[in-house]
Amino acid sequence: MTASVTPLHPLLEVKGLRMHFPVTEGMLTRRLVGEVKAVDGVDFTVRRGETLGLVGESGCGKTTTGRCILRLERPTAGEIIYDGIDLAGLRRKDLLALRRRIQVIFQDPYSSLNPRMTVGAIIDEPMKVHGIEPNATSRGERVRELLSICGLNPSFADRYPHEMSGGQRQRVGIARALALNPEFIVCDEPVSALDVSIQAQVVNLLEDLREQFGLTYLFIAHDLSVVRHLCQRVAVMYLGRIVEMADSDALFDAPLHPYTQALLAAVPVPDPSIEQTRVFRPVQGEVPSPINPPSGCVFHPRCPIAVESCKHTRPEPREVRPGHVVACSQVDN
Amino acid sequence: MPPLLDIRDLHTEFRTGDGIVRAVDGISYTVEAGETVAIVGESGSGKSVGAMSILRLIPDPPGRITGGEVLFSGRDLMKLPEEAMRRIRGSEIGMVFQEPMTSLNPVLTIGRQITEVLEQHRGATPAAARQRAEQLLGLVGIADPARRLKQYPHQLSGGMRQRIMIAIALTCDPKLIIADEPTTALDVTIQAQILELMKQLTRRLDIALIIITHNLGVVARYASRVNVMYAGRIVEAGSAAAIYHDPRHPYTIALLRSVPRLDRPRQTRLDPIEGQPPDLTRLDNGCAFRPRCRFAVAACAEARPALAPVGEAGHVAACFRAHETAAETGEAA
Repeated sequence: MTASVTPLHPLLEVKGLRMHFPVTEGMLTRRLVGEVKAVDGVDFTVRRGETLGLVGESGCGKTTTGRCILRLERPTAGEIIYDGIDLAGLRRKDLLALRRRIQVIFQDPYSSLNPRMTVGAIIDEPMKVHGIEPNATSRGERVRELLSICGLNPSFADRYPHEMSGGQRQRVGIARALALNPEFIVCDEPVSALDVSIQAQVVNLLEDLREQFGLTYLFIAHDLSVVRHLCQRVAVMYLGRIVEMADSDALFDAPLHPYTQALLAAVPVPDPSIEQTRVFRPVQGEVPSPINPPSGCVFHPRCPIAVESCKHTRPEPREVRPGHVVACSQVDN
Repeated sequence: MPPLLDIRDLHTEFRTGDGIVRAVDGISYTVEAGETVAIVGESGSGKSVGAMSILRLIPDPPGRITGGEVLFSGRDLMKLPEEAMRRIRGSEIGMVFQEPMTSLNPVLTIGRQITEVLEQHRGATPAAARQRAEQLLGLVGIADPARRLKQYPHQLSGGMRQRIMIAIALTCDPKLIIADEPTTALDVTIQAQILELMKQLTRRLDIALIIITHNLGVVARYASRVNVMYAGRIVEAGSAAAIYHDPRHPYTIALLRSVPRLDRPRQTRLDPIEGQPPDLTRLDNGCAFRPRCRFAVAACAEARPALAPVGEAGHVAACFRAHETAAETGEAA
């Protein structure tokens, strides 16, 4: 795939994305009783060749955002402009061509691989579906090549997923995602299910592949340390909205939004001389229900610096420093 | 004074289709009254089985505790009749598990699950049990205890359920709580709340805590002493400061280096532990970490090294080259 090479031209531009799921009651006649606003007005861009981290706690909408970009969900509103084409309104048959360029790596290497298929067949399948290479022998070659790119012995093509460890399975998931030579990969918690020692292997592999194949990643994760390591820029989500977005080092070294600050403060670092002297006051309360989110700023009930107006006025994201966007009325320009 | 808990050469095996797995292969450690000891390791290291063995909660078949002593306040728990053991579980030793949804009974109210313990272990009257249950819920930071006691587990959030588990563990004033990955299923801000709560309560009530986790940050924050497990054995043990600032076992060294850190700007690459965790049915007589170890020499294939003193008092490592690893990592770093 060749595309325009303006370095700062975003590969992906998400504007005003909303994904509301209906909540129904009743067994026979389903009545609509509400909506889960899983994603409620999200804007961001992903530049060609970068890794954008999308972080937040369970239910913040980060996975749903990824699923909308993959068009596994049809968004309620908003635009998803991928290399000039709006994916949000695209029809099924037009989507197919774009899906070759956009792939996904899932969290759970156990449930995302079909247990009845060999590893070879799993990696081969996207090539068959997209009619990339009619010759089965050449596809077999390609499967072995992909396995070796992902650090697995090509003989693994004949094995079944249950014969492999979690780390090896995740490498198969990555090989499958690469099979169509995509340019953009949505990585949805790709290392969360892995042991610490294996996590680092897969993180390094993802880095190498990005460089080798010029890939662009949307990296969805809740592990902030991994995100700091992998991402050039990071967006923090809370209850369906982006509350802060900045370059990785700016966000982690000097977070501006009170939620980002609370989130970072909650992560203990592996160093007892730091941790055992740190005064620690975890943010109180829990994430409210997205069915009935708080009015105004959705973080106000837990926010240590909230003022009266936060209860009524939803803060719009604004750029307070170059490239540093915050949705909080109490952060100075 | 003898320690509160003194585990001596504990062995637990599982018979599987592929052979015998020595999940816990001769571990020994002590826990003093009121202290927090962490057991760190990855999946399959034996950290959970080791803890379940203390309470004799190993399903037989396929599992079996095949040897060792567990002296708790001077009594060997391995020799107690089942009836006496049942009085210790949940009374003198409390338990908090990873998944609060599966460890709570879904068809009983929260209140019933707490009062049951009190009526069983303490012979409390229903009214007294109810009063104590309300008090316990207050202790673990649950607002409006009277209403919560009438609710069922599915009506509560994950963090709230884990607070209930802690309340149940505290019911009979235990001397020891075993917490197996107590916050792994929780979001990071909730994890921080739960861990701080456990820390405050164990300090205030002088309860010893064994915390089993793979999270090196959590260990650094909460544990005074650390046991590192690999393939069923403790490979290194010592104070938290010794383990983090002067690790000697190559596995501990590699583990600490492989984790990305939130407090450090991104390095170019992580330093993973290469290879896969060992297959416990195929261990030989040598050191189980040998195939992944950058210090391995011929002698490592001959015998499994025993724990031997290194560095400060109480710091032990099971490695033939433990006295050389510190110098070499110093140079490499």
